[in-house]
Amino acid sequence: MDALMLAIAVLHFAAPVAFAAVGEAVAQRSGVINIGLEGVMLVACYFAMLGSATTGSPWLGMLFGVLAALALGVVQSFFTLRLAADQIVVGTAVNLFALGLTDTLFRARFGQTGSLISVERVPKLFGDLDVVLLLLLACAAYFAWFLAKTKRGLVVRAAGEYPDAVEAAGFSAISARFWCTIVGAALAGLGGAYLAVGVTGSFASGMTMGRGFLAIAIVTFGRWRPAWVLAAALLVGYSESVQYTLQARDLQVPGELLQALPHLVALGVLVLVGRGTAMPAMLAVPYRRDK
Amino acid sequence: MKKVALVAIGLFAVVVLCLWVFGLPVGESLKDLWEGAAGDEFGRARTLVRATPLVFCALGIIVAWRAKMYNIGGEGQYVIGGVCGAWVAKSFVGLAPGLLNPLILVGAMLGGALYAGLAGWLQVKRGVQVVISTILLNFIALKVLSYAVTGPLQQTSKQNPMTDQLPNDVMFARFDPQSDLHVGVVLPFIAAALVFIYLYWTKGGFRLRLVGENEEAARVSGVPVPRVQMGAMLLSGALCGLAGGVDFAGFIGQVGLGYSQNWGFLAIPVALLGGLHPLGVLLSGLFFGGLFAGSENLATFNTLGSTVVYVMQAVAVLAFVGFKAWLDSRRPRAEGA
Repeated sequence: MDALMLAIAVLHFAAPVAFAAVGEAVAQRSGVINIGLEGVMLVACYFAMLGSATTGSPWLGMLFGVLAALALGVVQSFFTLRLAADQIVVGTAVNLFALGLTDTLFRARFGQTGSLISVERVPKLFGDLDVVLLLLLACAAYFAWFLAKTKRGLVVRAAGEYPDAVEAAGFSAISARFWCTIVGAALAGLGGAYLAVGVTGSFASGMTMGRGFLAIAIVTFGRWRPAWVLAAALLVGYSESVQYTLQARDLQVPGELLQALPHLVALGVLVLVGRGTAMPAMLAVPYRRDK
Repeated sequence: MKKVALVAIGLFAVVVLCLWVFGLPVGESLKDLWEGAAGDEFGRARTLVRATPLVFCALGIIVAWRAKMYNIGGEGQYVIGGVCGAWVAKSFVGLAPGLLNPLILVGAMLGGALYAGLAGWLQVKRGVQVVISTILLNFIALKVLSYAVTGPLQQTSKQNPMTDQLPNDVMFARFDPQSDLHVGVVLPFIAAALVFIYLYWTKGGFRLRLVGENEEAARVSGVPVPRVQMGAMLLSGALCGLAGGVDFAGFIGQVGLGYSQNWGFLAIPVALLGGLHPLGVLLSGLFFGGLFAGSENLATFNTLGSTVVYVMQAVAVLAFVGFKAWLDSRRPRAEGA
């Protein structure tokens, strides 16, 4: 029973990163890297908090958060897909935009940063378990199946490996990438919204604290497969929770080493096996149809 | 010159637009911004001190990006630069200040260069994009920082997670003890000139740009592409690391948990809006340094913080990207290009 409760608790705390990472895995398989994930999550946090605070319903808050994330995803894909601008440049701009926007709006509405607000949280079913966590498991399972087994999944993977072939076969690489960007933004939005109204029940400037970047790193760690990515996110969440236990027992392990461990492992895998065959060949390369 | 004027007008328009959208009185806010950035000697000092890490990191970014190595790890390299500088300061404590100060800068440069070099090696030898590896390395740098300032480099009193304050005679000389202005603020100007000379007047710089513009052409004409890419990353990391070292030995004098102030990320828009050109970067670095300095003054009159500058940067970058794409679409595409 304890083990089950622990598993649910880890799932609960890892969920924001896990959502974003699963969505980013889908996006990266189509050849789109979203450096702006951090910003998308942060915007979702703010609007989820705002929605929950004004309507009193955490579910409407979640919806607001996801809609804000989707809006950002559409803007982003206009630049990266329609204008074929550099994904890294646009993503960096999205991060700065989100951090500046949420901080400025928060200050304007709730006074100087630091004032504590607390909003209605998502109701729990059992322990830390709630419907959103079940949705997370369903999403990871669905996208794992989608990418591996369906025809559209094949189109998505091909858009990330060899977009010309997608076009030659009569599909649109651009539209595959567009929908994957949207899926990535929506899941990052779910993650961000859940962080605000599921985990903390609050908002603070820059509260995502690198979770979006962590999600990108986890996609690498999980070798671009949604199910593995979910597992990797949970492992990272677990190693964070273990660190507190170890510190409580006063073991002489520097906490930083444990915190850095997932990144060190991911880096070690890259050093040893490199990109392998798992990394999409056309990742972050803009696709132009008329070249 | 025409391009510089165009970007300057565009930036001014973005600043005005953002102030207006956030509901601020435009004329008054512009005055506050100007006074905070250049109104008196303290304002000018703030501008130069803020611009220093921005220009250094942005120079680091252009050196890498011009070779198509998308180093977004400036933040991690800045932090490692600061940590290495603090490490040198602690290891060689008691050395003559005139020697220790440059030694700190060398340590910061080497640390940053090696750190970025790892990402370069991964791309050249393992085919892993610099973007991916530098994201991981940014995280690890923060953990290294946190380990260093709570462990081996922590202050002697062990009270707070930070290093001991550098003695005044080791730090860069200040013109006026009242202001933060230190001699080190001339370094970005020198660095920008050197990077300009390297990129445009030397064979190495030409090769670097060639690899970035057309890797295939570079390979066919016998340029050792991996070596050039590796060199670009080492130089890029050295510049970003130096930013961390100069802030340590010039302005802050102490490395703590909050040493990372996002300069490595904020420098990316600075580099882009400077047209990825060393002299352009100098101008845009001074502009944004001034904007950050001015926004601190603006923040004393209303609820806004300096984060409003982030929005301005982001909007300016997107406008710049959009404008370039629009220009490209009007230009007829060359056959087969």
